[in-house]
Amino acid sequence: MKKVFSRNLTESLLRIGFVFILMFSVSIQAQEAAEGQAGDPAKGKQLYNTNCAACHRLDQKMTGPALRNVEARLYDEEGLDREWLNAWIRNSAALIKSGDAYANKIWNEYNQTAMTAFPTLSDQDITDILAYTAAPPPAPVETAATTATTAGSEPGISNEIILGALALLFALLAMALVLVKRTLNHFAEAKGIEVEESEKRIPIWKAFIQNQFLVLVTSIVLLLASGYFVYGYLMQVGLDQGYAPVQPIHYSHRIHAGDNEIDCKYCHSSARVSKHSGIPSLNICMNCHKSIAEVAPETQAEGLEYGQDYNAEIQKLYAAVGWDQNEQAYTGETQPVKWVRIHNLPDFAYFNHSQHVEVGGIECQTCHGPVEEMEIMSQHSPLTMGWCINCHRETEVKVKDNGYYTKIHEELSKKYNVEKLTVAMMGGLECGKCHY
Amino acid sequence: MSSNKKYWKSVEELNDNSSIVETLQQNEFVEEIPTDTFLGDKETLESSSTTRRDFLKYVGFSTAAASLAACEGPVVKSIPYVVQPTEIIPGVANYYATTIANGHDFASVLVKTREGRPIKIENNNLAETNGMANARVHASVLDLYDNKRVKAPMKGDQPIGWSQFVSETTKKFDELKAEGKEIAILTQSYASPSTRNLIADFREQYTNVRHVRYDAVSESAALDAFQAKYGERALANYDFEKAMTIVSVGADFLGDWQGGGFDSGYAKKRVPDHGKMSKHIQFESNMSLTGANADVRVPMKASEQRLALAKLFSYVTGSNVSGTLPEAIDQAVRSAASELKRAGNKGVVVTGIQDVNAQTVVLELNEYLGSKAFDTKMTIKTRRGNDTEVATLVADMKAGKIAAVIMAGVNPIYSLPNAEDFKAGLEKVEMSIASTMKVDETAKLCTYIAAAPHYLESWGDVEMKKGHYSLTQPTIRPLFDTKQFQELLMTWTANPQSYDEYIKMIWNQDILNGGSFSQALHDGVYKVAYDAVDVLDDIEDTLEEDAVETPAGDAARALSQSAKGATMELVLYTKTGMGDGQQANNPWLQEFPDPITRTSWDNYLTVSKADAEAAGLVNENVANGGLNGSYANVTVNGVTVNVPVIIQPGQAKGTVGLALGYGRTDGVQSELQTGVNAYPLYQNFSAVQEVSIEKTSGTHEFACVQLHNTLMGRGDIIRETTLEVFNTKNKNYWNPIPKVSKDHIETPVTSPDVDLWDSFDRSIGHHFNLSIDLNACTGCGACVIACHAENNVPVVGKTEMRRSRDMHWLRIDRYYSSQDSFEGDNAKKDNISGLGSSLSEFGEMESPADNPQVAFQPVMCQHCNHAPCETVCPVAATAHGRQGQNHMAYNRCVGTRYCANNCPYKVRRFNWFLYNNNDEFDFFMNNDLGRMVINPDVTVRSRGVMEKCSFCIQKTQKTILDAKRDGREIKDGEFQTACSAACGSGAMVFGDVNDESSEVAKLSKDDRMYHLLEHVGTKPNVFYHTKVRNTTKA
Repeated sequence: MKKVFSRNLTESLLRIGFVFILMFSVSIQAQEAAEGQAGDPAKGKQLYNTNCAACHRLDQKMTGPALRNVEARLYDEEGLDREWLNAWIRNSAALIKSGDAYANKIWNEYNQTAMTAFPTLSDQDITDILAYTAAPPPAPVETAATTATTAGSEPGISNEIILGALALLFALLAMALVLVKRTLNHFAEAKGIEVEESEKRIPIWKAFIQNQFLVLVTSIVLLLASGYFVYGYLMQVGLDQGYAPVQPIHYSHRIHAGDNEIDCKYCHSSARVSKHSGIPSLNICMNCHKSIAEVAPETQAEGLEYGQDYNAEIQKLYAAVGWDQNEQAYTGETQPVKWVRIHNLPDFAYFNHSQHVEVGGIECQTCHGPVEEMEIMSQHSPLTMGWCINCHRETEVKVKDNGYYTKIHEELSKKYNVEKLTVAMMGGLECGKCHY
Repeated sequence: MSSNKKYWKSVEELNDNSSIVETLQQNEFVEEIPTDTFLGDKETLESSSTTRRDFLKYVGFSTAAASLAACEGPVVKSIPYVVQPTEIIPGVANYYATTIANGHDFASVLVKTREGRPIKIENNNLAETNGMANARVHASVLDLYDNKRVKAPMKGDQPIGWSQFVSETTKKFDELKAEGKEIAILTQSYASPSTRNLIADFREQYTNVRHVRYDAVSESAALDAFQAKYGERALANYDFEKAMTIVSVGADFLGDWQGGGFDSGYAKKRVPDHGKMSKHIQFESNMSLTGANADVRVPMKASEQRLALAKLFSYVTGSNVSGTLPEAIDQAVRSAASELKRAGNKGVVVTGIQDVNAQTVVLELNEYLGSKAFDTKMTIKTRRGNDTEVATLVADMKAGKIAAVIMAGVNPIYSLPNAEDFKAGLEKVEMSIASTMKVDETAKLCTYIAAAPHYLESWGDVEMKKGHYSLTQPTIRPLFDTKQFQELLMTWTANPQSYDEYIKMIWNQDILNGGSFSQALHDGVYKVAYDAVDVLDDIEDTLEEDAVETPAGDAARALSQSAKGATMELVLYTKTGMGDGQQANNPWLQEFPDPITRTSWDNYLTVSKADAEAAGLVNENVANGGLNGSYANVTVNGVTVNVPVIIQPGQAKGTVGLALGYGRTDGVQSELQTGVNAYPLYQNFSAVQEVSIEKTSGTHEFACVQLHNTLMGRGDIIRETTLEVFNTKNKNYWNPIPKVSKDHIETPVTSPDVDLWDSFDRSIGHHFNLSIDLNACTGCGACVIACHAENNVPVVGKTEMRRSRDMHWLRIDRYYSSQDSFEGDNAKKDNISGLGSSLSEFGEMESPADNPQVAFQPVMCQHCNHAPCETVCPVAATAHGRQGQNHMAYNRCVGTRYCANNCPYKVRRFNWFLYNNNDEFDFFMNNDLGRMVINPDVTVRSRGVMEKCSFCIQKTQKTILDAKRDGREIKDGEFQTACSAACGSGAMVFGDVNDESSEVAKLSKDDRMYHLLEHVGTKPNVFYHTKVRNTTKA
């Protein structure tokens, strides 16, 4: 697929202007940290993210209750003090057992899921965490401004500016030369100097037509060139390399496989045993997304760069799988997702993932490209037969520690007098291996 | 020696003047390419308004339009599970053990499911009883996806909900109970412990309830005889593996006789082992599958069979039985008797005569012999029908004594001979319920239709033989809103359990004896020692009459008294493909060629050549190779049916045969409403009837494949010899390697010197070979259907079949040969004694079609190492793999058909049409439901490409991949093709010949091994084993 970059000069100029304005308008944000009595919210945030974030959100119920201002709320609503909280955090089970009324109420309210005990948290740690929970919510970031800023500082843009400026310079130069020539001519006329007119020659195109050899060569070249391009065009018919359709739920492989380094086969687990790599069922998504209802603000901002609202996409997932975020329960109303299949092999070609992934030990990226960098998944390889065959010719079979290959490897390497066997030598170019 | 016999496939081939045979031998594609009809002849072309220029314009435009349209690829959607079941991995097959018990077929099977869809039936090797599925069981998976199934319960022709159904019927039953009226339950034979208990519960609740079991094809006489002698209503079990001499009087025990399932035991002893094999003598009227496998086959009238059996009894036991048989037959009976006596406890006698006396004689004879193959303890339970009770029920219904009738698994309006009486009775019944999968002939007359699930959607248990239990478990969620009969019984008796819980309870209580139910469910089968099962003996068989003890000899005398012959006798039988007719809407079975007549899509009257000539009935092959036959009226007791006629070699003179199970009309789509219903002739449930035959006008067009794909007159196809020669002579005498002349020196064709080809080195890696033992192959056709299911073979329909365009990748050729070779003729001539004998036997020699010997030969692609097809393909679409398989790349094929023309074995099939998604071929591939059976690992071929057997490369590749993934070597027996896995008789063995220890490697070095048309030098990877007949003649 071709992308057309059409930027015109005015646009670039406007951007330059914008950058300038931004540079001079200094926005001073008073960042006055609300100092807690003894707690350090920054340290608290760190501790919170390590210990609590798996089950708690500040402003939303999850596996456990929302924790914003928990200390104050507990004190106001239930009359429970820090002592109680300390006891609960360090060993909630014991507190429940002791028959504490509110502890039991909470325990029952959250499906009798016991909270992990944190006996190692010191009083100071708890104070820090509570200080973090007591901090006021950050003001929503001016998203529009951020986008503009980041857009303006892209290196691609500055290149364009330089190019534009150069072009302008050359145009001015050319204009200047024309003007100079005209002025000189005027001078000459004024001084009465006869400028020698060069002798009229045959126009170049006429000369060209008269030279039959040149005509012949040119037409041959033209024919060959057009043949080359027509062939090239025809050969890409039916190829979908770069095919990146819009999916019903925007799923970023960049975040999952790239940033979070989730193994491909965690979700595409059937690639290990089956011919299909499998599109993961939604329950696989929910293994993590049960507790990730929102992405981090930075990630969200990153998504907006791509024009994607990640949080909204997660909501789409919840709608499809029937997950009620408030109740933290499945509603049972599901809506299967109709993904658009990107890699389509024709029916008559048999491809088995497990053969390549598990037996051959081929990296997914070998065929699927740098998936971990793809915000939008696209078809990396041409998936043509020539492409398959090429790889079969070059790739060595992973025979080590595989009992199946022991005998055949020994015999074949003797036959071909090589140490390493390619797939082709094992018969990987035979028609019937893929067409049946 | 093998080569001096004349083999023929059709009677037509015996006619020297037949032009059609000549044509067929010259041309593979008998029909001219219809260029004229396609383009039109000159005249029509000239008169056409489309000029050549216009035509070219259209072509140009449409090509351009098509290529433009092709530039844009379709958007393919992919929808994963929301919550994926842990046991399902897309692309990986799951197997479940279950059991079919449809009243006619009982078998323990494995069901292969892909993504939750059952797609194939496999044999359950853990099952001792009926673990080998026959052709119908293999095809039963397609019945699940039958578009004609009842999709919801119905009242009349209106669909209703189950709650309405249950409340209305329960209310009615309660009313009837209050009024003291009688309810009748008419069912198939279930042989199910849980069902029996549930029916007992129902009888207890509604007090006045009668349960009648009904088998469409009755074994009542055998049941009566066994009950009289042993006090249990069951059938004696026969294990032919333990018999060295088998005498069968009219019993088609390789077919459906007494429930079937005897072939694997039989086949084991048919392979010569240390010079020994069993001897099989068959007395019969029709040419049956069993008769075709016999060493000695004596064609005789059904009435003579009674006398023959009585005489056999007298010759063996020495008791006196009156009556005289024709000399030749008497001779045969005498020799059979002496063979039996010699065999002693290794002999066994069976009979298919539906007569209590005949069955008693057999029981007595086997007891007398002390036959080891005969077992009265491990009885067969799969046939329980009682003719008398059925007749009484019909009479009572007609008399208005029955207020309500529940039917399950039966179709009496279709299958009862007195269907009119039953219909009249049904009208008098206040409420009738049919638990059925189809709106069949009976269901459409019932008040309620209780939509029933297919067995692959049901729970169940079966006791096929005493102590041999199997379980049925669902392999897919019910496709439609159905409830099985047992669930209905539980609803009516207000049993709160689910049926599977109930089965588990019954099994834990009565059967498992501490064993694990989960293990039994996993295996599909569970075996109990005999003593433990006594408790489960029937509790409800009260209606049976008291049996009269017949002392030894009396039965035989009574039998000989009853042997009154008629001038023409009709012998009704069931076909391998259709059985009792309940699978009539199954296109695989309709297209399955009958093993004997090689005719599909029909039933017909089989007539002997002499009788046909006398009645003026003719068969002729027309120009395209299709078979045409006359029609005849067959009249039994005033009931007449009009059927087409096939002249059947080996049919006993004075008899005609007709298959039951055809002529279904309701619940069957119009294309599959084939044949005529023979059940009206099945009067008094007797398979033998006195008939009159009368020729009527018109000719019938058969879809008979027997002349199709002939081997073009090339000889040396079947090799056979006798046990005597096999044991005494050198291999080179009875199985010589063909020799060709090189520099005027005879050189074996296997020698590399005479080969035009340079062989590849095939010693490394796998090299697949398939061994087919002609001795063990009974011709049952299970492999044909298994291949059909595995490889997405399309169904082409009757007219295409007739045109020799069948798509079966695997065919079982049936060859007739004159019983006597030249030497045999000489021996026979010497043995003629007296004028009568000489007249008859000389006559026999003149007419080889009277009692031919039969040989079955499964033929699929031979995967030649030097394949003639590969060299002629202009686009290299077919090529050889190193593993011995001849590959076929459909996407490369341009359809020149050169390969098919150059194939000496005629195993390549051309897709003349698009067979899927095409209304012209409205079979399973033309609807979404039917397409669910398609194997996702095999390409569905399109129009214009050649296809053929691939040696199930998808299966061998999968085996290899599994081993690679586990990092282990492959054990022998892991490699299977669909046909070899389906073969219950052990005739087909597949494997890797490069693995020295494999069975197929050993078989390839056997003395009996030969290649088909070895002299052609194709070096096939399929090899056969010379057929050895247990006769002394050479």
